[in-house]
Amino acid sequence: MNKRKGRLANLYLFMVFVLLYLPIFYLIFYSFNAGGNMNGFTGFTLEYYQALAEDTRLLGIVVDTFLLAFLSALLATVIGTFGAMMIFYTRGRKNRNVLLSMNNILMVSPDVIIGASFLIFFTVLGISLNFLSVLLSHVAFSIPIVVLMVLPRLKEMNPSLIDAARDLGATNWQIIYKVIIPFVTPGIIAGYFMAFTYSLDDFAVTFFVTGNGFSTLAVEIYSRARQGISLEINALSTLLFLFSMILVIGYYFISQGNTSKKQKSLNKSRQEAIDTL
Amino acid sequence: MRNLKVLFVGIIAIICVLFVTSRQMRTSQGHTGDNTLTIYNWGDYIDPELIKKFEQETGYKVSYETFDSNEAMFTKIQQGGTAYDLTIPSEYMIQKMMAEEMLIPLDYTKIKGIENIDSRFMDLDFDPENKYSIPYFWGTLGIIYNDKFVDGENIQHWDDLWKEELRDSVMLFDGAREVIGLALNSDGESLNSKDDELLAQAARKLAKLPDNVKAIVADEIKMYMINEEASVAVTFSGEASEMLDNNEHLHYVIPSEGSNVWFDNIVIPKTTRNIDGAYAFINFLLVPENAAQNAEYIGYSTPNKEAMGLLPEEIIEDEQFYPPDEVINHLEVYEDLGVEYIGIYNDIFLEFKMHRR
Amino acid sequence: MTKTKTMYSIPYILWLLLFVVAPVLLIVYQSFTDIDGAFTVGNYGKYFTSSTALRMTFNSLLYAGIITAAVLLISYPTAYFLSRTVHKQLWLMLIILPTWINLLLKAYAFIGIFSVNGTINNFLEFAGIGRQQILFTDTSFIFVAAYIEIPFMILPIFNALEEMNPSLISASRDLGANTWQTFQRVILPLSMNGVRSGVQAVFIPSLSLFMLTRLIGGNRVITLGKAIEQHFMVTQNWGMGSTIGVILILSMVAIMLLTGEKKRRKGGNRA
Repeated sequence: MNKRKGRLANLYLFMVFVLLYLPIFYLIFYSFNAGGNMNGFTGFTLEYYQALAEDTRLLGIVVDTFLLAFLSALLATVIGTFGAMMIFYTRGRKNRNVLLSMNNILMVSPDVIIGASFLIFFTVLGISLNFLSVLLSHVAFSIPIVVLMVLPRLKEMNPSLIDAARDLGATNWQIIYKVIIPFVTPGIIAGYFMAFTYSLDDFAVTFFVTGNGFSTLAVEIYSRARQGISLEINALSTLLFLFSMILVIGYYFISQGNTSKKQKSLNKSRQEAIDTL
Repeated sequence: MRNLKVLFVGIIAIICVLFVTSRQMRTSQGHTGDNTLTIYNWGDYIDPELIKKFEQETGYKVSYETFDSNEAMFTKIQQGGTAYDLTIPSEYMIQKMMAEEMLIPLDYTKIKGIENIDSRFMDLDFDPENKYSIPYFWGTLGIIYNDKFVDGENIQHWDDLWKEELRDSVMLFDGAREVIGLALNSDGESLNSKDDELLAQAARKLAKLPDNVKAIVADEIKMYMINEEASVAVTFSGEASEMLDNNEHLHYVIPSEGSNVWFDNIVIPKTTRNIDGAYAFINFLLVPENAAQNAEYIGYSTPNKEAMGLLPEEIIEDEQFYPPDEVINHLEVYEDLGVEYIGIYNDIFLEFKMHRR
Repeated sequence: MTKTKTMYSIPYILWLLLFVVAPVLLIVYQSFTDIDGAFTVGNYGKYFTSSTALRMTFNSLLYAGIITAAVLLISYPTAYFLSRTVHKQLWLMLIILPTWINLLLKAYAFIGIFSVNGTINNFLEFAGIGRQQILFTDTSFIFVAAYIEIPFMILPIFNALEEMNPSLISASRDLGANTWQTFQRVILPLSMNGVRSGVQAVFIPSLSLFMLTRLIGGNRVITLGKAIEQHFMVTQNWGMGSTIGVILILSMVAIMLLTGEKKRRKGGNRA
């Protein structure tokens, strides 16, 4: 690969990152605005951070929101990964398409429909509305995206790998655990992140199925809109953002340290092959 | 695979930590079964200091949950599965909840301080004799304009919104009742009209408005007007009062030919599990000092006449937000139109939105 | 494999039955009821004879299509370049990170950036071009909607590119293909599964955006999702809302069939 092209590629990536982070930095910038709103910076202040530290209600909601997001994404990832395998090993293109369409129904349905129908569903079953009902709903609407992330990876898998494992006497579970899961790991991780994202972002579904003292950040933010959003929320977003940034970078370097040398050299050879382009 | 293990072990560790933290925060806040009072309200629609004060005075623990629209709140309470002790809907929703028998009639022997409420806001059509509800805040629908861009003399009536000089500069509130209501009002008709001919006429009149409409939005109007994104907007007085605080060029007008007056009232839904707590909170809010503190925090108009005496003069003498009787007499409350006419209003509104340019 | 398959499929099947099939049946049932709960096919009749409803559906599809195309155009090169960087997994996570900030807040930030006295207009004024109306235009709506959806497209494409066997690329080179030919004949077809997932993950939710249509689009665009929301929440006409919901689900199935797996064709297959 020649150098000029590489530089262009980096410039392009740089532009995309600028675009993606532009509104975030805008929010962060104004969280320090003494003017109290997001138009016109009038002076530096930390008062919103102070207000946030004293707002135990909001902090409690933050803890609950993240507990919900981590847990629901985990469950959705496990169920969704096996779901993707089920779809993949279903015989007949038509059957697979039917399953896939059913899988995607929750993705196309507007949140309001999902929320309202889950609400009816829970009340018919007599499940009271609390953390559990919200957790079930979040798992439910996160599963399709996990399937969509894992499935393409499965499709790329070489079937002879499984045959080889079977010839070597591996049981079905061993095949899943030792061959399939390692191969689809990037898809699983991507699915987890997406499920986590869905859970954090959701307002409408959570709104309908929550109750009895449980609330999430999105519900709180949206219902505050009538009064105008305080910069306290900006301050909170800033902190959460920096925290997740540290978490992501930390995770990356821990997992890098754990990657075996063999893996690294494999990556390297792959990189070289790509670089020859 | 290693990556996956590291990730999942890490995630499970985080979940455990969060779980313990959440449990701890909950117990430290002292929520137990029978002393919890669950209030279901709009977000940030009460001074949080008042909740703390209430908890100290009475020993109840308040669990404050929030909704973002009357309709969403209605669906939630109707389905059950929750234990809301108090909620604060707008008047047309109270009417609807009464019709669906979702509210508990108030026992006035348990209520102290009802005489503090201005009699003008009691015994209204949506809840005769206030059997179910007690006024919390009230306000109007009107026009807000920026004197940098338009001459106030020209913006006094609904009809002025159609003026050619306002091309592409009006923001409307995203509500079928509001937009069709103002078209009906502008012709001197009732905004609760169920006359198909009048509605068709209003629709024809609205079809001429799109050239002037910049956007049809909701809560963001506040930000846009402060920001001077648009020169004129149709909005509620509560919102307007906050806009005025932030931009001195803004003014609020209630068109004299008629407009909407709205009320947010406190009601006790049938889902309550702590009715004594609910009454205690109602009584707490009726205390003039508390009502005044709340009004200052939120900026809406309080119906508590004793509380008005405690508010700074420039607030209560502001006719934009505490209009004189002759203006109030021209105002109408939204009535619940029934499902069929809500549908018709909405179809007209959708048509209006689609035909914007 | 069948027994094992049954075992691990149980949670997923349970999910399908409880959270997909049951709600869908409920919606289909409701779409055949009128306001009073009596059986009717009137909702469908009303939908297909109303020019407003049909125009709305068409617009909704059109905007979702434009948004998806814009997202794909930005995301494919991003995913491609990303897959060749050194710390690619890290960069990928940093692509997802902005989605963890609440949508409403990001929308408010964009309002600040696009508004008449906002960042962009201040720049335009400074550059001597003068202030422009940016908010409430189709461009700004499509821009922000695309912004929201970009990570959901990059991720599947990146995954597809990642799992490509590098020896295929070397082989293509050895056989004398130039960069463009290699891309067109090898990389693009092999990453098509990722593109399909991405298109599905973007197009389908774009049909039901409703927050942004108001905040950024000023309600100029009415999507199917917005219409359903109106019927569920404002008119409380769940029958009509469900009818549009059924139509939405059917169009989703149609899209799935269009972009779904096909028999391998020679050369590049198109989505």
